[in-house]
Amino acid sequence: MIPFTHYLVVAALLFAIGLAGIILNRRNVILLLMCVELMLLAVNTNFIAFSNYLGDMAGQVFVFFILTVAAAEAAIGLALVTLLFRNRGDIDVEKMNLLKG
Amino acid sequence: MNFQFPHFSAALPEIFLLSMTCLVLLTELFMKYSRSVVYVLSQVALLGTAILFILGFNNISYTTFNGHLIFDALGSLLGIFICIIACIAFIYAKHYTRDRNIPNEYYILGLFSTLGMLVMVTAQSFLMIYLGLELLSLPLYAMVALQKDSPTATEAAMKYFVMGAIASGMLLYGLSLLYGVSGSLNLPAVASAITTMPEKQHLVLVFALVFVIAGLGFKLAAAPFHMWAPDVYTGAPTAVTAFLASAPKIAALGMAFRLLITALPQIVSQWHELLIILSVLSITIGNVIAIAQSNLKRMLAYSAIAHIGYMLLGLLSGNAQGYSAALFYILVYSIMSVGGFGMIVLLSRRGFEAENIEDFKGLNSRNPWLAFMMMLLMLSMAGVPPTVGFFAKLLVLKAVVQTQMVWLAVFAVLLAIVGAFYYLRVIKTMYFDAPGDPTPIACASDTRLMISINSLALLVLGIFPGALLEVCRVAFGL
Repeated sequence: MIPFTHYLVVAALLFAIGLAGIILNRRNVILLLMCVELMLLAVNTNFIAFSNYLGDMAGQVFVFFILTVAAAEAAIGLALVTLLFRNRGDIDVEKMNLLKG
Repeated sequence: MNFQFPHFSAALPEIFLLSMTCLVLLTELFMKYSRSVVYVLSQVALLGTAILFILGFNNISYTTFNGHLIFDALGSLLGIFICIIACIAFIYAKHYTRDRNIPNEYYILGLFSTLGMLVMVTAQSFLMIYLGLELLSLPLYAMVALQKDSPTATEAAMKYFVMGAIASGMLLYGLSLLYGVSGSLNLPAVASAITTMPEKQHLVLVFALVFVIAGLGFKLAAAPFHMWAPDVYTGAPTAVTAFLASAPKIAALGMAFRLLITALPQIVSQWHELLIILSVLSITIGNVIAIAQSNLKRMLAYSAIAHIGYMLLGLLSGNAQGYSAALFYILVYSIMSVGGFGMIVLLSRRGFEAENIEDFKGLNSRNPWLAFMMMLLMLSMAGVPPTVGFFAKLLVLKAVVQTQMVWLAVFAVLLAIVGAFYYLRVIKTMYFDAPGDPTPIACASDTRLMISINSLALLVLGIFPGALLEVCRVAFGL
């Protein structure tokens, strides 16, 4: 039996990897999308672990909602990526500097 | 858990808006070339929703849908203003979108986003807050990218998307931890679980709180989570900026009220400190960097960051008076913000965006009435009496002084003076510089009427602020 805290540690690590990936990644927008998904999966792991620990189903139901919304979010993200590629011919994060920030 | 038949009447405005949005969606599909039908139907949807909220406005508060949704004065008030502001933004967008071939989806996405805001402000559980937040954000990402051939708009959309995704990720991580320590998704149940919690678990709570505040900060565009705002405001088509800079701020404050006040009142001293940091940084960064901007949209973006800082002053005071001051501030701010961007929309024409401060040179000699309206907007943003912006600032400062933080109030006032510089610079450009562009300003009469109502409302509310103040007090049971 894997102890409950291990799930939380894994979730925290996944979340940190996702966040670090977004901040450090200077190359590809697709990688950003994958990092965002990783963050959401970390949250899902957290919810399932807590739900099992507390014996409360609500957390697992929440996970289904997160999964659905994440799919919609990925769809919009990829649509934006195709638009970006059509307008500029590349999807480099570094070259996203038309706007000053 | 027993099944209880929900009170559908509590969600009547949302249900009405959803049905109307679906109707607009179908109309757009089958009457492809009829812009005006889609426009009128969207306006009917928004105004109808606002009227349903007004009719249902009273002091009774109850939860329904298994405790997921609350019906109360605060939710109704926020809902009324969200619908009205969205309606004003749509009026400004009407000619702008037609001239630039921005598709009708502007209205449909806007309606879905408005629905998300309404869900968010009436939410009473983490699940509803999350769903409302996503329903608010996802259409906005698409709206920013509606001008498909504009490289700046797509870049802005991408930045907005990534930042928004980080924000909801952070918020969700915080919520999952809160669920873990409290064992419930329901906001009041979380609050009561925290009261009986042993002291040592408070560390987890603070850890979760940091993530929740970071998520909120991203959504409100409060410094240090403001990086996306200037880029998105500048890159997006101005009609979209007018929408996304105003109504979602009201909804974000609604979410902050629900999360911080309903769910986490026991750790008020912790979020109080975090909000002080956010507020001080926002006021400083917003006001100081705005001075250096030559692009009006970018300047207004930094001014938005500063305004959010002032609004947070009310929220961080931690009592009902402060909350109602923050509510008053955000409602007033949303009127000013939609008007400010509306003015840029109005002065732009096909192939030309009046987004630089230079483009306002000599506006007084080209069109004195519009220059006067712009002056009212700028004075109100700077907080000069007799406009309502003055009362908004006064109330939040009063709330801060009452919580014995005079240093914070003094600091806020000093930076408000710094801020007045860049608002007055716009007025100076309009009145004392020679016009660079002699083209007469041709704007449609309905847009001109709307901007007049919008700006004069700031003056009228400034002279008679009683009614709005009263409803803001009622919303917090004062």
